Amino acid sequence: MADYNVMEMMITVAARELEDGATVGVGTGAPCAAAMLAQKTGSPNLVIMFEAGGVSPLLPEMPISVGDSRTFYKAVMASGMCDIMETCCRGFVDYTFLGGAQIDMYGNLNSTRIGPDHQKPKVRFPGSGGANDFASFCWRMMVITPQDKRRFVEKVDFITTPGWLEGGDSRAKSGLPLGAGPYKIITNMGVMDFEPESKRMRVISINPGYSFKDIQDNCGFELLKAPKIVETRPPTDDELRILREEVDPYRYIIGR
Amino acid sequence: MDVIEEGVGRLLTDPDPDNAREFFRKKSRKMVDKVMSLKDAIEKFVHDGEYLAIGGFGAIRTPIAACHEIVRQGRKNMGFAGHTSTHDFEVLSAGEVFNRVDIAYIIGLEARGLSPCARRYMESGKVEITEWTNYSLAARLKAAAMGVPFVPTRNVLGTDTFHYSAGKVVECPFTGKKLMLQPALYPDISVIHVHEADIYGNARIKGITISDLDLARASKRLIITTERLISNEEIRRDPSLTSIPFYLVDAVCEVRYGAYPGNMPYEYFSDEEHLQEWLKAERDPEVFKEFLKRNIYDCKNHAEYIELHGGIEKMNELRAKEFLIHKEANNG
Repeated sequence: MADYNVMEMMITVAARELEDGATVGVGTGAPCAAAMLAQKTGSPNLVIMFEAGGVSPLLPEMPISVGDSRTFYKAVMASGMCDIMETCCRGFVDYTFLGGAQIDMYGNLNSTRIGPDHQKPKVRFPGSGGANDFASFCWRMMVITPQDKRRFVEKVDFITTPGWLEGGDSRAKSGLPLGAGPYKIITNMGVMDFEPESKRMRVISINPGYSFKDIQDNCGFELLKAPKIVETRPPTDDELRILREEVDPYRYIIGR
Repeated sequence: MDVIEEGVGRLLTDPDPDNAREFFRKKSRKMVDKVMSLKDAIEKFVHDGEYLAIGGFGAIRTPIAACHEIVRQGRKNMGFAGHTSTHDFEVLSAGEVFNRVDIAYIIGLEARGLSPCARRYMESGKVEITEWTNYSLAARLKAAAMGVPFVPTRNVLGTDTFHYSAGKVVECPFTGKKLMLQPALYPDISVIHVHEADIYGNARIKGITISDLDLARASKRLIITTERLISNEEIRRDPSLTSIPFYLVDAVCEVRYGAYPGNMPYEYFSDEEHLQEWLKAERDPEVFKEFLKRNIYDCKNHAEYIELHGGIEKMNELRAKEFLIHKEANNG
């Protein structure tokens, strides 16, 4: 088995979640690499959508922005933000990948600020962008992020983007579209999903070389355990070759 | 419809469609020559204290030349629509042009990193903020373009983004579901960069339109900067290509490479090295002051700025990059 780094591992795990014929709303970076890898491996008919309007491009290389020329290169349509987000809202988009500075046990994400004063924040981040919209509308939201106590926190300073909100049926009661929500959290140490009743994060898969304790020690809240926890399948030689030679030859993402 | 919940953010613009109709009633419908220099257009139509919106997507088809001119002319105390804004926000922050912002996406330049200058400005407490999302601001522009006071959407519910917005949650009279109401956003002045326009303002956008079709229709005043002027005859040859009709437009400015250092689809790719120079210079406020003097205040216009960064040769390189010719060359 070939050597691989943590970024290659996370991208591969994410790519395997995207089945052929599905639709996915992606941003730049690791999510885009995962979608491109999926297209070049098991899911050639994966439909990639970008919030600025690009629909199903034949991505010639990694985009720098979710609106740059590459995001609609040989696309089937170059549309706009309302069209993409309304397509998501109608229930047409299966997956999205998001990230943030903080995530809590219900998958709520913070990309707005650190500190209590909203008008004069200690640290200001970009805000929602399209993240809140994608997470509200796409059926299954996934996150690719390093396993780190400062990121996995008991309480996020600001809920920019909805996860399962306060757990249980709180998301359904909020008025957000029914049945959509956080699905999987992919880190360098393992994969988590959400327990169906409480909607709390639980470990379902552990990466080679790590233990449940490693994941728990790098998480600021108590994690649940799935009834059956498996070992994450590492990238195959084929997956690594395609990722390195075709998806990200300049190592923009996998070199991080 | 009873209001169930309200955001605590301040609504920075007037959503009343009758006030907007009164304005539009008086706006000229004459198909007259509106060509002027960018300097004159900014002087004439962009005023201190007004609410500004910028088309494109941060560093894609964004009227960066116009952003430089606004900073050069020292506009202050403006409101700003921070809708998918990246390099435009960085430039306008450098000039401290605005003091209140509707935020969807600010400070960041996506995969390139965060702007230290924009971050310092937003953490200074000098700027009043109201939170939204990209789709919320797009929907707010759509409501204004429709001439209605709001549109309902299903995002934002249940989050702090809602709490710090100026939106409202109501119960749907048909289904009983909760809906977020996005109040109409009518900017006082907007600038949109396009591929082609005639002297009257009939304009063509190629590729993704982001929110610019609604932005053009929602704006009280609109400046079009265009890569090139084309004839009215050419516009009329295929009206299906027109994105923005003349009567929405107040000024037409021919600004070749007007989106530089950003990406203009089908024309030139972004100058990533120069965008990194911005981020690097911003780390030290003293260094950045010099950088701004050289790149904006001491430049007469956008052409001079482009000359500083490689001129026509650089533009040819970026054109090759846009068409992936560099890639073919590398592979060949």
